[in-house]
Amino acid sequence: MPHDDHDHPHALLPPDPALRVRALETILTRKGLIDPAALDEIIDTYQNRIGPRNGALVVARAWSDSDFKARLLEDATPVVADLGFFGRQGEHIVAVENTPQVHNMVVCTLCSCYPWPLLGIPPAWYKSDAYRARAVREPRKVLAEFGVTLPEGTAIRVWDSTAEVRYLVIPMRPEGTEGMSVEELADLVTRDSMVGTGLPRAPA
Amino acid sequence: MTRIHDMGGRFGHGPVEPGQPDDPVFAQDWHGRALAVTLAAGALGQWNIDMSRHARERLCPRDYVNFSYYEKWLAGLADLLVETGVLTRDDLRGEGDDAPHPLAARRLRAEAVAGVLARGGPADRPCPAEPAFIVGQAVRAMRPAANRLVDGGHTRLPAYAAGALGYVHRVHGCHVLPDSNAHGLGEAPEPLYSVRFRAGQLWAAPEHPDDEVFLDLWQSYLVPA
Repeated sequence: MPHDDHDHPHALLPPDPALRVRALETILTRKGLIDPAALDEIIDTYQNRIGPRNGALVVARAWSDSDFKARLLEDATPVVADLGFFGRQGEHIVAVENTPQVHNMVVCTLCSCYPWPLLGIPPAWYKSDAYRARAVREPRKVLAEFGVTLPEGTAIRVWDSTAEVRYLVIPMRPEGTEGMSVEELADLVTRDSMVGTGLPRAPA
Repeated sequence: MTRIHDMGGRFGHGPVEPGQPDDPVFAQDWHGRALAVTLAAGALGQWNIDMSRHARERLCPRDYVNFSYYEKWLAGLADLLVETGVLTRDDLRGEGDDAPHPLAARRLRAEAVAGVLARGGPADRPCPAEPAFIVGQAVRAMRPAANRLVDGGHTRLPAYAAGALGYVHRVHGCHVLPDSNAHGLGEAPEPLYSVRFRAGQLWAAPEHPDDEVFLDLWQSYLVPA
């Protein structure tokens, strides 16, 4: 397959992106190659069913159950699969834990790799050139743009998702959450705290 | 030399715009549609994930910069559909025919979506040989960062790590080698390592002396240090 075809076929489609999608969908549907109902199903899955609540439940469970957390940090893939979180873009999961000494942060500098079954479709900022370019070189400046300032003594580990391994950050459990249920704790776990660009909410 | 997508460490970008936690998953309806068409077309089985990544990366730099995220997906998809012979250029121009397609039997049906998404596409494979490196071992990333099977081909070794000294942090087992798989040269599984690099190995002015960057790198991207 040629990898540098300067007469790119995509230029034959309409210039407006919404019309370009519609054109491709129409062509493929007429030929019997895609089923529009399957497209609706895919969109519904990622719009309504698979999102950061999944990851939040994993984190809350890790905060509540030290044995679970130990197994999660050892080999997360089967552990989260047991909770029903597996599949596309979550085939190989590694969980990394924040401590007072280490803060973890995840990026994909080459594209947009992200743990879909745990966090859903990545937000626009995660896919932006600015985040991809800067998170590895100046994570502290990037964190500041998210309103996060770490203590001077905390080292940052940035995980660049260069293979099919997807990373989940286990943030530190907020103070004042003793006795809270897994469900209540999960309400404190934000999406960004599981990517490492945010911190969990404080309890009300 | 790598391609335009390999932007880790690049200077000149403005601030990251964090958005709001309740921003819609798809900012525009067509974004969701673009993702879904791409996944459904992928289910026809005419290419693999490495080929689809490479299709986006080899957009000409002008298009890569000017296209929004899902526009890159659409462009990569259209190019792959033609390159693999699923569609013709006439089809894309709207001048094709609607005759039943030989691949129609492979169409992803709505009732099969959940199963296909749940299965995903695991990249781990049995190891052809014992891993050459052990946890803690010093390694150096190859320089230059480049596909060594196909000139200008797909690779997952970012340029910013090329030549840098790191330490094996974890062995992930053996995974499909994108440099081979993206070009139809077979899966060629190799040991995959999580490698730890001190920020000072990568950047002229690291923000903090203790910061580190971890990359997942295949064995052929590494040499003993």
